[in-house]
Amino acid sequence: MSVAGVFVGQLRREFKLLLQSREELANPLIFLFLALTLFALGGGGSPEMLRDFAPAIIWVLVLLANLLALEGLFRRDYDDGSLEMLVLMAEPLFLPVLAKIFAHWIYSGLAMTVLAPLAALILFLPAEVLPTLLLTLLVGTPALSLIGAIGAALTVSLRRGGVLLALLVLPLYVPVLIFGAGAVVEAMAGIENMAQIYWLLVITMVALTIAPFLVSAALKISLEQ
Amino acid sequence: MPLKTLWHRMGSPRWMYQMSGSWVWVLGVMATVLLIVGSLWGLAFAPADYQQGNSFRIIYIHVPTAIVSQSTYMLLGAAGLVLLVWRMKLADMVLATAVPFGMSMTALALFTGAVWGKPTWGTWWVWDARTTSMLVLLFLYFGLYALRQAIPRQETAGRACAVLALVGVINIPIIKYSVDWWLTLHQPATFKLTEAPAMPPEMWLPLAVNVLGIYCLLGAVVLAALRLEILRRERDTQWVRELVAAR
Repeated sequence: MSVAGVFVGQLRREFKLLLQSREELANPLIFLFLALTLFALGGGGSPEMLRDFAPAIIWVLVLLANLLALEGLFRRDYDDGSLEMLVLMAEPLFLPVLAKIFAHWIYSGLAMTVLAPLAALILFLPAEVLPTLLLTLLVGTPALSLIGAIGAALTVSLRRGGVLLALLVLPLYVPVLIFGAGAVVEAMAGIENMAQIYWLLVITMVALTIAPFLVSAALKISLEQ
Repeated sequence: MPLKTLWHRMGSPRWMYQMSGSWVWVLGVMATVLLIVGSLWGLAFAPADYQQGNSFRIIYIHVPTAIVSQSTYMLLGAAGLVLLVWRMKLADMVLATAVPFGMSMTALALFTGAVWGKPTWGTWWVWDARTTSMLVLLFLYFGLYALRQAIPRQETAGRACAVLALVGVINIPIIKYSVDWWLTLHQPATFKLTEAPAMPPEMWLPLAVNVLGIYCLLGAVVLAALRLEILRRERDTQWVRELVAAR
């Protein structure tokens, strides 16, 4: 099979499986909005306060919702043995891995980006910074999927990997959060913020270059036991 | 040629155990002497700071622990790389034994920083660039520790930790940079340890002694823990049995 064939074939399989389990697709997004509502309720619904904290709240919740979606990234393939087949395949493992991460990004990062205007509305984020929020989410969330996949691959063989996954991955998310939320805060203050967006792009590019290989290595390690 | 064989010999736990017995003693004695001299000198004899008075003296503990906690993480990254590339058993043991030391040094650096911050900045905690990246470093140590505890099979746990340590080493500069960036934009002047451009030698010399001392401590503690780990993991081999029988 050709390089592109492996990638596209895996991607097609991922989408077929995802369409079969729609609730798995929707749960992280529902969590995102549920938690947003909780923040609004906990904050007393004061528009000024919610507006000031909106960039932080949205970005932190995107991080957490992404984390929730990560747990299932390799879990099912591990349970039914198809992960082992992928590892045994003659083609390099990073191709199907990249396809899986891409699929994960579509239903977590991209879906959250598409729904972000709704989140901005709930938290009274000024409409003029909405493009910045969408742009940061669009270039920042791929890094979350890529970095998170390393943690998911390391913990896939563990029965109760959930909290551990958060412990491993969240510190690595710190730069994405700082630049992502920071750019939106700068936009609200009317300050030039392209530098942060470029930095998000840099992190995404570096993650795209390194993560697929580390994920492949981590999957092989996890399958040893 | 001897250098080339040294690399291979170092991979042998038995050779390491036999050689390191005296190293632990040398490093341990050096660490004790240097840390006592440096701390006494710094705490009792160095001149007081013209602005901060005596409260600045905590840097003689704070700075060495902060430096060594970062170096220990670099050591973990290097051990992880060696383990993944050459599958050296000894590298896994270093990866396992250096984590608690690094974790406690990071915690100590954060604690002494908070103690210093109270009289100087008027608060225990500031979201300053350095304190924040040290806090993230502590979380990275927690992650390494937790991952090893969670994976039952020793060999798998070691290699998984190696991957995580490598990811951490790649991330640390990015984290540091992002935190610096975040603060320089929001906080006009970052607090500096010294307002004066340079410390006089009688102030920084004890600090240098303590930094050297704490590196010796790192060597001594990690080697001592490594020796125990070697005995534990190699307990079924002939040479360990003979060693134990001889005692």
